[in-house]
Amino acid sequence: MELEQVRYTISVFTENKIGLMHRIVTIFTRRKINIESLTVSETENHGVSRFTITAFVAPDRISQIVKQIEKQVEVLKAFYYDDSKIVYQELALYKMPRQAFVGSDVVEKIIRQNHAWVLAIEDEFVVIEKTGHEEETQHLFEELKPYGILSFVRSGRVAIAKPMKRVMTHLKELEEMAVN
Amino acid sequence: MKTPLPMPSQPETLIANGKEAHYLVEKDNVTGAEALILALLAEGVDTVFGYPGGAIMPVYDALYDYQDQLKHYLVRHEQGAAHAAQGYARVQKRAGVCMATSGPGATNLITGIADAMIDSTPIVCITGQVGKHLLGTDAFQETDVVSISLPVTKWNFQVTRASEIPEAIAKAFYIAQSGRPGPVLIDITKNAQVEKFNFKYQKINKIRSYFPKRKVDLAAVDRAAELLNQAQRPLMLVGQGVLLSQAQAELKQVAERAGIPMASTLLGLSAVEANHPLYVGYLGMHGNYGPNVLTNQCDVLLAVGMRFDDRVTGDVKRYAPQAKVIHIEIDPAEIDKIIKTTVALNSDAKETLQALLPRLAARQHPDWLARFKECDRTEYDKVLSKDFAPTTEKVKMAEVIKRLNELTQGTAIVATDVGQHQMTTTRYYHFTQTDSNITSGGLGTMGFCLPAAIGAKIGRPDRQVLAIIGDGGFQMTLQELGVIMQYHVAVKVIVLNNNFLGMVRQWQQLFFDRRYSSVDMTNPDFIKLAEAYSIPARRVQHREELEGALHDLLASPTAFFLEVMVEKEENVFPMVPAGAAVADIRLE
Ligand SMILES: Cc1ncc(C[n+]2csc(CCOP(=O)(O)OP(=O)(O)O)c2C)c(N)n1
Repeated sequence: MELEQVRYTISVFTENKIGLMHRIVTIFTRRKINIESLTVSETENHGVSRFTITAFVAPDRISQIVKQIEKQVEVLKAFYYDDSKIVYQELALYKMPRQAFVGSDVVEKIIRQNHAWVLAIEDEFVVIEKTGHEEETQHLFEELKPYGILSFVRSGRVAIAKPMKRVMTHLKELEEMAVN
Repeated sequence: MKTPLPMPSQPETLIANGKEAHYLVEKDNVTGAEALILALLAEGVDTVFGYPGGAIMPVYDALYDYQDQLKHYLVRHEQGAAHAAQGYARVQKRAGVCMATSGPGATNLITGIADAMIDSTPIVCITGQVGKHLLGTDAFQETDVVSISLPVTKWNFQVTRASEIPEAIAKAFYIAQSGRPGPVLIDITKNAQVEKFNFKYQKINKIRSYFPKRKVDLAAVDRAAELLNQAQRPLMLVGQGVLLSQAQAELKQVAERAGIPMASTLLGLSAVEANHPLYVGYLGMHGNYGPNVLTNQCDVLLAVGMRFDDRVTGDVKRYAPQAKVIHIEIDPAEIDKIIKTTVALNSDAKETLQALLPRLAARQHPDWLARFKECDRTEYDKVLSKDFAPTTEKVKMAEVIKRLNELTQGTAIVATDVGQHQMTTTRYYHFTQTDSNITSGGLGTMGFCLPAAIGAKIGRPDRQVLAIIGDGGFQMTLQELGVIMQYHVAVKVIVLNNNFLGMVRQWQQLFFDRRYSSVDMTNPDFIKLAEAYSIPARRVQHREELEGALHDLLASPTAFFLEVMVEKEENVFPMVPAGAAVADIRLE
C-alpha cells in the first residue's frame, strides 16, 4: 500500500558546481517525482549553494531520496522538513491593467487587505507584489482575477529550518565520523 | 570552491604493478594532452583501452611519445574499451582506464559505464570533446556526454582549459577508487588538449563534500555481536563489497568463530572458496536451493557488502520476514533501501568485520548447517543429477562447466556473459581463488564477457582466463577477437551454442506458453570466424569430443576458441520466478 504523499521542503547544501543541479534533479525525475519548486542561491558560507526544493513524496521514501542526494560527490549535506519544521516564504508578482485602478477603489482595497503592494506603475499596467505562503498568494490571485490579470508569476519557496544546528556544524560532525 | 591540496610536489616514486618507476609530477610548458598522459602515469596507470577520433587526436599524438610507459590497446568498438577496463579493474583491484573520441565514441562507452555504475566497478573514462568555442553549436561529433553520462557516473566533469587537467584527473581517480567505487568520466575539449601550461601533479585524497568511508560505529558493532552471539540459525550473505574492501580473511574468521554459514551473491562469488566447510552456495534467482529457502528460516541475517538486489530477494515482502538483519555496507544510501535493518553498520567491510571478530563468542550450529546439506541433497536429486547425466543427444551446458571446473580445480578467472550459460557457470564453477568471477550482475549486459575477459587477461597475464559466452551475446561484441589477435591476448573463449537466446527462450517456455518469439538464431560458422582472426579453434558436436577439446583449450599457451554445440532446450533450475518469494524457489 502506498502512503499518502506529503509536501516536503528539501534543503541541499552543495559546492557551487556546474552540472550538480542536473544530478540533483534526476534523483527526483528518475523516480517519477515532480519537483514543485526549486530555488538556488549562495549561502552565508562563500562557495556553498543552497537548493530549496519542494516536492510531494511518500513519507517512507523521503529519507531514501535525501540519501541519494547526499551520495552525490559535491553535495555537502541535505535535509528534509515537513511544513511544521520550517519558516518559509514565496513571492508572487501580478501584472494588472492600469485601467483596473481607475474609477473605483476596489482593487486598492484588495491590495491593502492582502498586505500586498504596488511595485511599479507604467503607462498601461501596474505590477503588484505579494509575499507569503502559496495559499496567500493564490488567494490574492483569485481576488484580482475578475479585474483582469495580464500576467502572474510565483517564485519557488525559500525556507529556513527551525532547528538551530548550522550546516557547518553538521559538516564537522561528518568529518569526525570519516576515516582517512 | 577549490579543495586545498596539501601534498608535496617533488618527483615521486610510485609502485605500479609491482614495477618501480619514476614519474614526473612537474613539467613546464606541456600541452593538455601530454599533461593527461603524465597524470595517468602519476596515478600508476600503465594500460589504457581506447579508440581514437577527431576530438581526441591530440591525446593520441601525445600517447605516441609514451608508448613504452603507457600501453594502449585498440579495441574494435568503444563499448569494448569500457568493458575491458572493467575486467581489468576487477582483477587489478584498481581503476581501469578507457578513452574515446567525442560524439559516437563517447556514446558507445555508455553501456559499459552504466554497467560499472550498477556493479560498483572503478573505471576512469576520458572522452575528447569539440573545442570550447563550439560547445552548444551542434558542431561535428558534438554530443553532451556530460549530461548523457550523468546518471550513470559517480562523478563527471568537463575540462575546458589545460590547467584544469591535473586536478580533474586526480579527483577522478580518488573518487572512482574510494568508498563505494564507480565510474568517473572526464570530458576534455580539444582546445584544452592543445593549450600549453606548466604541469604540476598532486594526488588528491580528500574532498570537502565527500565522505567515502565512515568510522566503525562500535556501539552498533556491540549490538550486532550480541545478536550473533544469541543466534541459533545465523546466515551470512557475502556480496561484492567483501572483494572490494579485500575483507575475505576477516569474513572467514567471523564465520568460523561464530559458526555462520556463508552464502554468496552473484558478484560476491569467489570471495569465499567454494570448498570452505561453511560455504553453503549461491543466492538468488538461479542460486542454490539451500541458501534461498533457508533465508526465510534463519534468525539473524548478516549481510556484508551487498545491496539486496531484487534478483536476490525475490518478493521483498516475503523476504526473511522472521530475521533480524545486520547490514554491513559502506554506502549510506543502501542502508534500509530495500530491507529494513535491525543493526546498520555503515562502514568498510574489512574494518567492520575486524571490529566484530573479538566480540563474537566461539560457537557452532551443526544442526542448522546440516539443514543446508539436506537441501543440497534435494537439489542434487532434483537438479544436478539431471544436469550432469549424459542422457541427451547433445552435451548440456552443465556438463561442460562441471568438467572445466574439475580440470582447472576452480582456479581460473572466469568471465561470463548474460543468460543461461552465465547462470550455469556461476552455479557449477566452484571458485577456489579470490577475485576470479567477472560477470555483469546488476545491468545484465550481453556482450560484456569477451571484452571484460580480455581486460582481465591483460590485468592478470599469469592466470588462466576463461570467457564463457552464449551464441547470442558473443555476437554483440565478437569484433573484439581483433584485440586478441593483434595483442596476442591468451583468453580461452568458450561459446556454448544452443542456437537460441536461451534464457529468453526459457522464460517464454515457462511463462509465455512456449510461444518462442524471436529467440532462435541462425548463426554464422563461428570456427571460420575465429580462424579468420588467426585464433586456433575447435567445435564440439558430440559428447565424446568434449574432453579432448577442453584439454586443448586449457593447455593452449595462446588464445583458443571452442564452440560447444549444446542441447537447445535445456532450462536452468532452480529458479525463483520473478516476483515470487525466495522460499518458493522451483526445482523443476
Ligand atoms: C544487451 C542485452 N540485450 C538483451 C538482453 C536480454 N537477454 C537476457 S539473456 C538473453 C539471451 C542470451 O542468449 P545467449 O547469449 O545465446 O545465451 P544463453 O542464454 O543461450 O546461454 C537476452 C536476449 C540482455 N541481457 N542484454
